[in-house]
Amino acid sequence: MRVLIPNPLRSYTAEAAAVSASGATLGELTLDLDRRFPGMRFRVIDEQGQVRPHIKFFVNGLQRRDLNTGLQETDEVMIVCALSGG
Amino acid sequence: MVKAASSRSGGATLLVATRKGLWQVKSDATRRSWRLAGPQFLGHVVHHCVADPRDARTMLAAARTGHLGPTIFRSADRGRSWHEAKQPPAFREGSGRVVDHTFWLTPGHASEPGVWYAGTSPQGLFRSEDAGATWRGVEGFNEHASRKAWCGGDQDGTPDGAKMHSVLIDPRDPSHMYIGMSSGGVFESTDSGADWRPLNRGVRADFLPDPDPEYGHDPHCVRLHPALPDRLYQQNHCGIYRLDRPGERWQDIGATMPKSVGSIGFPMVLHARDPDTLWVFPMDGSKVWPRVSPGGKAAVYRSVNGGKSWQRQARGLPATQAWLTVKRQAMSADAGDPVGVYFGTTSGEVWGSRDEGRTWKCLAAHLPEIYAVEVA
Repeated sequence: MRVLIPNPLRSYTAEAAAVSASGATLGELTLDLDRRFPGMRFRVIDEQGQVRPHIKFFVNGLQRRDLNTGLQETDEVMIVCALSGG
Repeated sequence: MVKAASSRSGGATLLVATRKGLWQVKSDATRRSWRLAGPQFLGHVVHHCVADPRDARTMLAAARTGHLGPTIFRSADRGRSWHEAKQPPAFREGSGRVVDHTFWLTPGHASEPGVWYAGTSPQGLFRSEDAGATWRGVEGFNEHASRKAWCGGDQDGTPDGAKMHSVLIDPRDPSHMYIGMSSGGVFESTDSGADWRPLNRGVRADFLPDPDPEYGHDPHCVRLHPALPDRLYQQNHCGIYRLDRPGERWQDIGATMPKSVGSIGFPMVLHARDPDTLWVFPMDGSKVWPRVSPGGKAAVYRSVNGGKSWQRQARGLPATQAWLTVKRQAMSADAGDPVGVYFGTTSGEVWGSRDEGRTWKCLAAHLPEIYAVEVA
């Protein structure tokens, strides 16, 4: 499926803004992303398997925090880095 | 940390880690002329960057961004190129604990090339045996039955997170280590980190119900003298202390500071060769803890007799309206003769002295908030 990569993570994707990855759940998708782009997962998912505080996942435009959220190959996943301040 | 490899050629390189990236400040052979290089990791929060004195080419940088989790970057060419660690410090899955950031980096013993230690926020100790590529928890500390009692909760500690810092390795024995924790205190291990015990007797903790507890103290920076490893110093939340092992009781050496200046601060640095010479950067610890130069009069204080007395060293520093804050990792010394002493401020200035603190000069300005200054 198509995964939209935010600017802060594009150092892992050779600056690609969109990549292909697969997984039956959001959690599996992050594991596949890490296989393709080593190191990326730990920047967005902590060692206890939780989405980091300023990271958001959107599936077809709807925010999903549960990594057990089911996915289909036709879905579009967007990763957002949500932080403001100086 | 005092780096014995520094100033071999007469010059010095400072690794300046900031809230928004990493810079290097490099001198000529005389340390009179300095130039700024960088940034690298622009926009990253770089808590610490340290060069390996054992090979003079490896550097590690502890970084994260506001959004992204913590990681370690490694350089094998003195900072020209960097690669991310394959497995950054992380607590055991199922432990419920999460590394917010790696705060402190220490190269291992000279007999153990490639070994590094990392202290994290919240308090955790990690070890790498491959020059920072992969890290494992030192479970003798991280899983210690008393860890929670020693440290309190992960939310207890400094305003930007409880921290493990001052990871010190005895140059005579790689299995003999000390750590400092804010909060928690100073702890010692004699078995490579398999077990730990508190080492805080004599240190005040006047913010606790029991002002003389076994642990729970707030050391800001602990140093071990490389030439006399039984000599320890610490700048603490409650003063300045010295400990001569095998003694167990810290001696208050801050009581001899001028009353109008006080004995509160964060960093402390030692002379590379003389165990009796040290520098501190006093800050205002009164009332609500402004943590700036007392009275706006910036000054370094030096002792040349192990803390029996102190001399004010302010020549070249702004005399008034200078409300400087220097964080615990942001003061360092080279091994030149005379020793060069350096500090970085939260207002983005790097100051240096090439004559052991007698005169000071601003080496760089307009940088982001400085977190750490280390000599490479």
